[in-house]
Amino acid sequence: MEFNTFLIQLLNGVQYGLLLFLVSSGLTLVFGIMGVINVAHGSFYMIGAYLAWWLTAALGSFWLALPAAIGLTVAIGLALEALLIKRLYRRDHLYQVLLTYGLILVFEETRSILWGDDVRGVPIPAILSASIPLTETLSYPVYRLWISAVCLVVAGLMYWTIQKTRLGMMIRAGSANREMVQSLGLNIELIYRAVFAAGITLAGLAGMIASPVSAVFPGMGNQVLIVCFVVIVIGGMGSVKGAMVASLLIGLVDTFGKVLHLEIGGLKLLPELSSMTVYLLMAVVLLWRPEGIYGRRL
Amino acid sequence: MAALFAVVVALAVLPAVADKFYVQLFAKIMIMAILAMSLDLLLGYTGLVSFGHAAFYGASGYALALLTPQYQAANFWTSFPLAIAASALLALVIGFFVVRTRGIYFIMVTLAFAQMLFFLFFDTKIAGGSDGIYIDVRPVAKIGAWQPFRLDDFMHIYYLVLVLLVLTYVLLRVILRSPFGRVLAGIRVNEQRMLSLGYPTFRYKLACFVIAGAIAGVAGYLSAIQFGVVNPETLGWHLSAAVMMMVILGGMGTLVGPAIGAAIWILLEIGFQGLPQAGGVDFGKHWQLFMGGFVVLAALLLPNGLIGVVDRLRGRRDESHE
Repeated sequence: MEFNTFLIQLLNGVQYGLLLFLVSSGLTLVFGIMGVINVAHGSFYMIGAYLAWWLTAALGSFWLALPAAIGLTVAIGLALEALLIKRLYRRDHLYQVLLTYGLILVFEETRSILWGDDVRGVPIPAILSASIPLTETLSYPVYRLWISAVCLVVAGLMYWTIQKTRLGMMIRAGSANREMVQSLGLNIELIYRAVFAAGITLAGLAGMIASPVSAVFPGMGNQVLIVCFVVIVIGGMGSVKGAMVASLLIGLVDTFGKVLHLEIGGLKLLPELSSMTVYLLMAVVLLWRPEGIYGRRL
Repeated sequence: MAALFAVVVALAVLPAVADKFYVQLFAKIMIMAILAMSLDLLLGYTGLVSFGHAAFYGASGYALALLTPQYQAANFWTSFPLAIAASALLALVIGFFVVRTRGIYFIMVTLAFAQMLFFLFFDTKIAGGSDGIYIDVRPVAKIGAWQPFRLDDFMHIYYLVLVLLVLTYVLLRVILRSPFGRVLAGIRVNEQRMLSLGYPTFRYKLACFVIAGAIAGVAGYLSAIQFGVVNPETLGWHLSAAVMMMVILGGMGTLVGPAIGAAIWILLEIGFQGLPQAGGVDFGKHWQLFMGGFVVLAALLLPNGLIGVVDRLRGRRDESHE
């Protein structure tokens, strides 16, 4: 493989990995702090992408659509937590899975009623539409670099909020002992509501910024959800650091799996089967560390 | 016991009074009941929340499709056990990986492996890709020259399904009453304690996973011969979630409950699909919206399923886990 092709694939892998991190960190945060497994998490990726498409068309600019879509996603998150999710905190995981699975059906059908089932596209905003030439024939789009940059900034912000701020201290305390935090006079309900809204907004944001480079289509949320599960199984549930490591690992394995046409023992792997490599990785991690790389011992 | 017997008798005489539509509908319900009972063994009795149970249902259907030569019939007496063996083998391989995890990981890992299989059949041309594969000629159940039943006749399929439903119920009851079943119940309540008592819980859970997978394979095979088509959706997580819903709706750990849940689920689907247009929206086309709303409500309001409601009405204490 040529060095330039390698570089492009490397950048693609990292960009995909960082985007995955954005989605899966929301899922792992909500579980790590609130103990709720939200299988409708992927739907917010889908909702984010559709909002970006719809609002870009309505407002005429991606840069206006982005804050509006974020605002709407936060509002949906707050309302959802207040109406339904807060009833799940003391329930078995089974019921959390069921209720949030029911939400997937509701979201997908509402999307279908409001916006139809067609594949949509969002134009790349003009400022970021350039490409950086690498050689005479190869170049790398600036927009993809911007996606990576946004993900890194959000990751940094998240780390800073959780580790360095007063709010982060309350969140960490709330995940360790809900009742204790409550009896100290902190409004844990409000904290949980904020964490849930923030978690799904991370998924929504990922869908919004990915929409110009990947098509906006029904079922895109479910696809990303499964990959997020793999990320979390590999990285360890509730660990943001694990989500980062596993996301990058999967981003690279998936990207290179598609271009390398792996040969295992002289057997040429079909390109279609390259998507299996990610699951093989998960299987290996399960044998080695069933609790994930950074997970607590089971 | 008497009530169960009455239901079986009613199902046995149903084809005499109902037309083809209802016979096929009830065959479908009974197939789903077999699938739901197999999941109940994992979910309700052993405490293993599998979110990928459809994988084993779909696998045996695909096994039949791949075993059927083009334009010819497969042999029922070989393809049926082979298809179930395919499901059991798949459950053994997947189980080997997933059974070592617990709780939330188990949910995610079973789903991920099932989706892996889904994408394998969806993305590649192994068996018709995303469109699925047709079983044009149904298997023939000949023993020598004698043919006890014909699988291209919906009545014969109906009675085959009924017989297998009863057999599945009896088999599961026998398993649950056996020492093996008692160990499974022990694992559900406290796995650590069973380990300290010297039971190799990994092997017990794996065996349970394989049995449940094999029974799901029975349902998958029956579905493939009833509808004559197998597609990736038969492996997909929407079916896995639906089966889970049937089990919980009816009442986990009761066997009868999940079968009732299967009936309610399928009748609800049909009911919602028949909804009229209103305000420019075709609600029948968007029936899943109502299924979703129903699932949300049921998860909130029915912690012990319908059997739990009946028990409460009767004022009995919770006997769902004998």
